[in-house]
Amino acid sequence: MAEVMQDSQPEVKVKEPLFGKAERKLLSDPINDNNPITVQVLGVCSALAVTTLVYPSIIMAIAVVFVTAFSNLFTSMLRTTIPKSVRMIVQLVIIATLVTIVEQVLKAVNFPVYKQLSVFIGLIITNCIVMGRLEAFAMANKPWRSFLDGVGNGVGYGLILIIVAVFREVFGKGSLLAGSPLEMKIIGASDLYWIPGLVGI
Amino acid sequence: MEFINIFIKSAFIENMVLAYFLGMCSFLAVSKSVKTAFGLGLAVIFVLGITMPINWVINTYLLSEGGMFGMDLTFLRFILFIAVIASMVQLVEMVVEKVSPSLYNSLGIFLPLITVNCAILGGSLFMVSREYSFVNSVAFGLGGGFGWFLAIVAFAAIREKMAYSDVPPALRGLGMAFILTGLMGIAFMSLMGIDPATMAGK
Repeated sequence: MAEVMQDSQPEVKVKEPLFGKAERKLLSDPINDNNPITVQVLGVCSALAVTTLVYPSIIMAIAVVFVTAFSNLFTSMLRTTIPKSVRMIVQLVIIATLVTIVEQVLKAVNFPVYKQLSVFIGLIITNCIVMGRLEAFAMANKPWRSFLDGVGNGVGYGLILIIVAVFREVFGKGSLLAGSPLEMKIIGASDLYWIPGLVGI
Repeated sequence: MEFINIFIKSAFIENMVLAYFLGMCSFLAVSKSVKTAFGLGLAVIFVLGITMPINWVINTYLLSEGGMFGMDLTFLRFILFIAVIASMVQLVEMVVEKVSPSLYNSLGIFLPLITVNCAILGGSLFMVSREYSFVNSVAFGLGGGFGWFLAIVAFAAIREKMAYSDVPPALRGLGMAFILTGLMGIAFMSLMGIDPATMAGK
């Protein structure tokens, strides 16, 4: 991140710095003080449903970062042209297009994980975090700052997802990163499998 | 008779909220009083019941390979499904406002919020991945909606009672709500694995 800061600063001659204090705050705030899941309680559905295994959670986190970042960017670019009465549908179309891209790419690149996540990739569309950031931030801010806000919120979401998934996988299946090349076993048999809530997808 | 099995299965055994965690956001946010939970539950049944057959028709006759255009357009699924859901919710909102202003006022903001309730889109996507027929998709929509309704009304009733109990300070509010959801999930877990088709003696 530090390199990007130094590289891009001389190019921009406008008053607002590319990575000023406010911009860095946009990135760090949702990761800790204003976390979308733990503080604002948004996007709980997928956070509970996907986190039975770590590896799909990581993929899910990357997908959500992509969708929040770019939907924020595009909505912010269009924010002055979108009529207020149809803004929900316009936002949903932007999000749905991005999610379709994610779905198609994942289907082509990693089919087992695509099967495992099943409907939950599609459900990024109705993830409250994405809609919430569009309504609360992107409709009122410039594209670059909206983009950073999207990245920050996506990462804040993904972080919680991975932390929860680590616990659920270790206690639920006795393994870590199952399904990925780095798979490891921690507890021999999966005798904790009966614990409710760990048996998700 | 298969559709009765699917109705019972989607309402109780594979409950949307408690078995698949769908529609969790509004489940947690709108369950503070039984009255609003009741209204939202009814609206969810209604929207699920309408959008599921419409999306089935779109998926079968427009998007699938044997459909009108004769090619595989399934990548357009998300956009079309969410557009149908958004416009249906808008339509329901307009009709309810015209027909029953009192119900409209009591539902308030929750009606448009159904668009982003994952249970609705999730239901349509499940319907596609499980390859239901038209009748079965109607049963799945109504059953799933009924299960959601049941869960949120029961949950709201428990939360209303919780107001009188002495919850440890650290768990007040959302912490306790999550524990309650977990306990209800365990209760519904015990129904998992029951197959209505075999119970009917087939």
